[in-house]
Amino acid sequence: MRTLALLASIALMPIAALAQVTVSSPWVRATVPGQMATGAFMTLHSSEDAKLIEARSPVAGVVQIHEMKMEGGTMTMAAIPSLPLRAGQDVALKPGSFHVMLMDLKKPIREGDDVPITLIVETAKHARKAVEVHARAKSAATPSDNEH
Amino acid sequence: MSTDRRQAIAAMLGIAALAACSDGSTPGAARHKFNSADVSGSSWGGDFHLHDPEGRVRTLADYFGKVVVVFFGYTQCPDVCPTTLLRFKKVMKILGDDADRVQVIFITIDPERDTAEVLKAYLPLFDPRFLGLRGSAEETAAAAASFHVFYEKLPGPTPTSYVMNHSAFGYAIDKGGHARLLIPHNLEAGEVAQDLRYLIEN
Repeated sequence: MRTLALLASIALMPIAALAQVTVSSPWVRATVPGQMATGAFMTLHSSEDAKLIEARSPVAGVVQIHEMKMEGGTMTMAAIPSLPLRAGQDVALKPGSFHVMLMDLKKPIREGDDVPITLIVETAKHARKAVEVHARAKSAATPSDNEH
Repeated sequence: MSTDRRQAIAAMLGIAALAACSDGSTPGAARHKFNSADVSGSSWGGDFHLHDPEGRVRTLADYFGKVVVVFFGYTQCPDVCPTTLLRFKKVMKILGDDADRVQVIFITIDPERDTAEVLKAYLPLFDPRFLGLRGSAEETAAAAASFHVFYEKLPGPTPTSYVMNHSAFGYAIDKGGHARLLIPHNLEAGEVAQDLRYLIEN
């Protein structure tokens, strides 16, 4: 019996040893009827080197991690394969840099809605972890410096 | 970034530099110093033939007598476009009563997804006076060309999940319908308000 318990705890160890990923101030820009896409913003923090490799949400048909850049007065937006999370450093997904892009929305996102998002984080040792986020929808006219 | 895009941007900035130098004013005459790039006397900022959310045809001539601020974007953009609209919301607040002498116009470069209904619901979230205009693909292209606006569609995994890249300048047109300023995306609301106030008063 004791051996079994020991085995069980060994089997669980890789999970316990996974990076601690915390998400703070998640929010989504609310949409108007007919609008098919919006963005989710938040601050990510990982206890060890890792990367955000995927995001999923039941509210959207397509979810991507996007990077926005300004090049010579032109705004470019592109999906990136992963977003590096350096150990112990905050990574802000905010207007002007990165965001989780929610596209092909299944219905409008109203102010105050709770938008579930699952983030898939991969550590340097290729261990994967799902982080559940509940982002609150705020007015489309929410400033970029709004974090709360 | 494609070579075509680089060339388009380089050409655009070249035109801006040129426009900023050739204002057509008397040499040596004192000239107001704007925070934005002064494009007075250039071909920058032409006209448009588009539709308001009620379906009425709109051209620049409808707004003669007001200072018009035009910028191009799309509502599916969660980043720069709302940030720009928020800045103009602040600008209107700073201008106070004078704000009624300014017409802010948002021209969608994504008329496929930005329907009249979307524009009608979206713009007033920022300021009830803001107007969203749209046109057919050809009308949109013509309006963008007259403002030297670059835009391109980047396909996504589904037919409706594409993203748009586009130039993010604002354009100020004076009360007589002449293009005067190219407003960089990162200018502070106070600086923009200062420029617009000059155009309102002169």
